[in-house]
Amino acid sequence: MTELTGTQTAPAPSSSMRIDSIPLVLFAAFAAAPLLASASGAEGYVLSLLTRIMIFGLAAMSLDLILGYGALVSFGHAAFLGIGAYAVGILASHGIEDALIQIPAALGASALFALVTGAISLRTKGVYFIMITLAFAQMLFFLATSLAPYGGDDGLTLPNRSLIAGAGLLENDYAFYAATLLCLIGAYLLSRAIVTSRFGRVLRGTKENAVRMEAVGFQPFRFQLAAYVISGMMAGLAGWLMANQAEFISPAFMTWQRSGELIFMVVLGGLGSLHGAIIGAAAFLLLEEFLPEILHAASFLLNDDIRSRLTENWQMVFGPLLILIVLFARGGIMGLLRRPHHG
Amino acid sequence: MTATLLLIQTLNGLQFGLILFLIAAGLTLVFGVMDFINLAHGVQYMIGAYLIAAFSAWTGGFGWGLVLALPTALAFGLLLEVLVFRHLYERDHLDQVLATFGVILFLNQGVKFVWGAAPLSVPVPDILSGSVEIADGLLYPVYRLAIIAAGLLVAALLYVLVNFTRVGMLVRAGATNPQMVSALGVNIKRLFMIVFGFGAMLAGFAGAMVAPILSVQPGMGDNILILAFVVIVIGGIGSIRGAFLAALLIGLVDTIGRSFAPNLLRLVLDPSAASQTGRAIAPMLIYIFMAGVLFFRPSGLFPVKR
Repeated sequence: MTELTGTQTAPAPSSSMRIDSIPLVLFAAFAAAPLLASASGAEGYVLSLLTRIMIFGLAAMSLDLILGYGALVSFGHAAFLGIGAYAVGILASHGIEDALIQIPAALGASALFALVTGAISLRTKGVYFIMITLAFAQMLFFLATSLAPYGGDDGLTLPNRSLIAGAGLLENDYAFYAATLLCLIGAYLLSRAIVTSRFGRVLRGTKENAVRMEAVGFQPFRFQLAAYVISGMMAGLAGWLMANQAEFISPAFMTWQRSGELIFMVVLGGLGSLHGAIIGAAAFLLLEEFLPEILHAASFLLNDDIRSRLTENWQMVFGPLLILIVLFARGGIMGLLRRPHHG
Repeated sequence: MTATLLLIQTLNGLQFGLILFLIAAGLTLVFGVMDFINLAHGVQYMIGAYLIAAFSAWTGGFGWGLVLALPTALAFGLLLEVLVFRHLYERDHLDQVLATFGVILFLNQGVKFVWGAAPLSVPVPDILSGSVEIADGLLYPVYRLAIIAAGLLVAALLYVLVNFTRVGMLVRAGATNPQMVSALGVNIKRLFMIVFGFGAMLAGFAGAMVAPILSVQPGMGDNILILAFVVIVIGGIGSIRGAFLAALLIGLVDTIGRSFAPNLLRLVLDPSAASQTGRAIAPMLIYIFMAGVLFFRPSGLFPVKR
């Protein structure tokens, strides 16, 4: 039975050799970046931007696991970021600040939410799946806005970052960076192991043709649900990191726009390659960060008034850019990297 | 006291539901006929509100403003169709979600660029200002009644249009099986454009109608869009009848739930806990309702396809 599913793997072996070096380069770059950050003169800024990129990379990668490998378009993935973040906030405001309790709580809550909502959502197909995942995320969003003891609409400022076994190790930005990188690499290796396993092949087979998988004797529902739960837990971990980085939680962590951004990161990087999602997250956040400056520099011929309005309204460039990427850059950044090889 | 409150909230719910229907009607047709997820439908509603703000200030009257705003909303919808959406019909849902998400970003910022970030307000038209007594000592704003009337009128018009005209027949056929309609020699592209423009105009009309009672601001279409999606998913994608019933249900459940959930919970919980959980549960009600509907009927109450 494993042979049957093993025959349909996606990329040609010649290109996959070349692509496989990318995650190594990527993680090496993340590992080396703090050295450059301290040399740049604005180390706090560089470090926090890179940490943010890795956290969103983790979240986007978790989405890629179900979106790229299972074709499950979850439009509510930000809900798990919220669960992870609120696990920090709620526990911390009851005096439980240790990551050794918070992380299992965040993962457990994410898994439970994914299990319940996944079991309902996976009964539906296509557009209905997109909408029902969105609905569940909205449910959680509104729940968070009404949690008056934990800040309600305005959110909650955390007194400090989570402790590890009672010690405030994460207060140092470099230590927090390292912890985030470890989480990202760990999640990447786990995801890689999952997608290359028999489980991952069944998931991909289900994406290609669910009816045939059923005929072969698998129950697609169970595999999809398991993948959904794993993906949700990883995003929950990203939420835990996100709350700790910002030292702040708010319902804004799980707006539907945030879910949309996560999908965009995955598609921008290229579906179904895991590290593509991380690259997509990096590209998205860097663009968001630097587009105002790029616009300012690029519009040097225009007068100051138009120039400042353009810089201020950078989203008017960002939106059409998004549309153009969808229309013309199929396969995302990973697709572009792969293309020259095919000639 | 509770009875009059219930009456007022029912009217409010009805009004909210009808506004939702105006938006959802276009969305469900675009979705049903073209199999196209248009996240940017909410910005059509926002554009409608901004247009009425601009035109009624310019002409000095709400009526003239509406006369100018509706064709402009229609033209704007058609422009978007030609520029962006037309190129997405053949793409998968994921691409459609993303590209229309880009349109939202652009237009939310675009209205800020043109009209500024501060909310605009539109005066209630003079003839429809004031309140009427609908029961003993119970006043209700005339304008809200006018919205209900306009919503019902449009719903009736749509019913006639969809069920008794040739275009309506093609739309219904298109929602069931677009390939077959195309094979029978109907210019499906033109049909798409008509449906799309009409849907955009309805959403614009909804935005124009609520402009005097809400503040007109960037991003006002985003949350209502999600509600409109909830409506069409509950109603069954492509079904106008489903959208109508679901919109009224959602409008009533949401409005009445918000004012009565704490009271109902007080029967089983102590008052402070009841008001707290009530406030927490009320905004979630419609999503719970949607999840419930989809659990038992995975393709909505009135499935159209197959």
